[in-house]
Amino acid sequence: MQSTTKIILRPWNAATLILRTTIISLIVITGYAFTTFNTRGVDFWAGVDMLGSNFQALLLSPQLKNITFVTMVHNLFITIGLGFLTTIFGAAIALGFALLAAQNLAPRWLTVIIKGLTAFIRAVPTVLWVLIFAVSAGLGSVAAVLGMTFHSAGYLIKAYAESFEEIDHGTIEALKASGANWWQIVFQAVLPSSATALLSWTFLRFEINFSTAIAMGAAAGAGGIGYDMFMASGYYLNLHEMGAFTYAVLAFAIVLEAGATRYKASLSK
Amino acid sequence: MPLLHIAQLSKRYGTDKYALDGIEFTVDTGEFVAIIGPSGAGKSTLLRCINHMIPMTSGDVFFNDTSTKALPAHTLRTHRTQIGMIFQHYNLVNRLSVIENVLHGRLGYKSTAAGVMGWYSTAEKQQAVEILQSLGLSDHMYKRCDQLSGGQKQRVGIARALIQNPKLLLCDEPIASLDPSAAKIIMDTLKDINQRLGITIIVNLHQVDVAMRYAQRIIGINSGKIVCDATPHDLTPTIIHQVYGSEAGELILDFGEQHAQA
Amino acid sequence: MHKLDFFTQKRLSFGLFVVVLIVLTYATIIFTEYNVAKGFTAIPKAVRWATANFYPDAASLKKLPTILLKLRDTILMSVASATVASFCAFFVAILGSQTTRINVWFSVLARGIATIFRNIDVSAWALILLFSFGQSSFTGYFALFFVTFGFMVRVLIETIDEVSTDSVEALRATGAGYFTIIAQSVIPSCLPQLVSWVLFMIETNIRSATLVGILTGTGIGYSFDIYYKSLNYHAASLVILVIVLSVFAIEAISNRIRRAVL
Repeated sequence: MQSTTKIILRPWNAATLILRTTIISLIVITGYAFTTFNTRGVDFWAGVDMLGSNFQALLLSPQLKNITFVTMVHNLFITIGLGFLTTIFGAAIALGFALLAAQNLAPRWLTVIIKGLTAFIRAVPTVLWVLIFAVSAGLGSVAAVLGMTFHSAGYLIKAYAESFEEIDHGTIEALKASGANWWQIVFQAVLPSSATALLSWTFLRFEINFSTAIAMGAAAGAGGIGYDMFMASGYYLNLHEMGAFTYAVLAFAIVLEAGATRYKASLSK
Repeated sequence: MPLLHIAQLSKRYGTDKYALDGIEFTVDTGEFVAIIGPSGAGKSTLLRCINHMIPMTSGDVFFNDTSTKALPAHTLRTHRTQIGMIFQHYNLVNRLSVIENVLHGRLGYKSTAAGVMGWYSTAEKQQAVEILQSLGLSDHMYKRCDQLSGGQKQRVGIARALIQNPKLLLCDEPIASLDPSAAKIIMDTLKDINQRLGITIIVNLHQVDVAMRYAQRIIGINSGKIVCDATPHDLTPTIIHQVYGSEAGELILDFGEQHAQA
Repeated sequence: MHKLDFFTQKRLSFGLFVVVLIVLTYATIIFTEYNVAKGFTAIPKAVRWATANFYPDAASLKKLPTILLKLRDTILMSVASATVASFCAFFVAILGSQTTRINVWFSVLARGIATIFRNIDVSAWALILLFSFGQSSFTGYFALFFVTFGFMVRVLIETIDEVSTDSVEALRATGAGYFTIIAQSVIPSCLPQLVSWVLFMIETNIRSATLVGILTGTGIGYSFDIYYKSLNYHAASLVILVIVLSVFAIEAISNRIRRAVL
């Protein structure tokens, strides 16, 4: 009789095993993490309770006190400017190095060296690069731009190189067959075919750099609206003012995201 | 005995023009009906209105002499369990095993808790194994669906529909993504299900020659309206021209004749 | 009128693009009062300083146990925030996705909330949360949680619509109920992607946690800040080395898991 044998539904295999192990590990680590939290005498539930009223103050009654609206907008644009500059500088550097990091364009040893270096650059958080540069350049916009450019370049070299590597192998082969040299291939095939990919990566990095520029204002003395937020939070303790800054930052970030979404949609059409 | 009666069925998406416009026909138990027509004619919409995957705009669908126009949620689920559906892209959960996908056909009969947990009775599992055997898939029972070929996936789709014990099978372009030999296996399987199990079948096709070879009755649709409703024997070139528009009709007829000679 | 030939036009539009970029860059340099000359001269200075001072020495190695303990805190916080936020985001994404939403208003609400959460930078969240939780781990945890949540809702909505639309349709056609469909189709098809995104967010959160740590005085960011401010650059460089190695290790583990699971 066949009905006596139990019919199993999902046989165990490596993929499900690893998936389940990963999920269980994440849950266990998370549980353990909560036991290690450093409360410093802060009552969690009192904090959660306060969170509600704080959000209300933040979002429902934003009000500037220590700076004027014009100054706030000016500082917002300083932050946008820092994000823009570092993206452009990073992109310019990355464009050159990415050609040397793409496996279909450069010798293998060179791609390995460049990719390893950029992996190192990316592994160090941007704020630490900024602080490292600040030792010799002093805290301020110069160190912020250098540190952010450094990290952007590391990020974009990887992204650009991968975009180059995705180009149809046949396109390069066809040009090689017609006797084109390396520079001709780069300018006539590689860059035109990957231009949209490069642009979308660069735009994505601009979104990241805008956020980072806020953070650098708050944590590394780069000025702009991040610094205003830092002052509102740490010095004036003014949630209403913090709310005004939050709205300003949020407005620009949403505009950026909407722009990126529209650009992506226009590409896929 | 009529199993299905479509009465003045119309469907309009938003304020666009009507995708279906006053469709009316009756299908008897045990029939094998093919619906043909150019893409965008409304074939898919028609099938999906029958099991209410798409809400109709006006008209009614009678199943077993019962109106299905305003079914409450629970009765709608019961209505759907009696109708199996087969899709062009198979619509399987690719990461699950073949037998799990087949058993998904039983979910319409289950309570929420049993469905969420995926509890199936031994009888259900036994039936799944038997259906897989009858479709020649017993060797693949524990494979993940993304390891199967297109033809095999479609047979899993058929198995999932059969385990519902349906009275009616709706097949939406079942062979449109398959190569000719896999397509033949699927059509033969459908024919066999129709004849051996007496299950009524309505199948959307865009290959007129396949429709003529397998169906007992062919309904032609163009721009949401029925253009013809005939046996394959009565399907003349003039009618095909009406269904597809003249120039496309030429091409299809050429293919059809070549196929017939071969 | 004379029409420009194709190549001239192409060259012109590209040239215009470059000119606009250069002008914008120049204007930004003036507006932000960025000192280009100082920027260039700072690079060799920084390199000279780093090679002379910025490396771990024997004395700094004694601080390694303390640093590793702080690193553990940061990693644990990243894992916890990524895991819990992704879990919450999954439910909100189900409400927000086209395939599985209950109604349009919930969907708009879910997407709107997620947009706000992810578009406030993690440093801004930390500064906001300092008002409620002070210099405790909760501040960093919630800052990472909110940003992860906002990001995950967006990518999970995309994932659900991408991988489960077809199978959800098939299960609806069998008459399965809403929760059954989520459990039997959406979760099994999305789980591997979900885990892959959680791993990605853990990597991202470790970097963000360093920044948040500087602002809130917790974890590895705080360690760096202390050594940096007390001019103990050898120990500070050791912190960086430890961060880099742990990021590499976590990336390697993630890639392994991803390859096995996806």
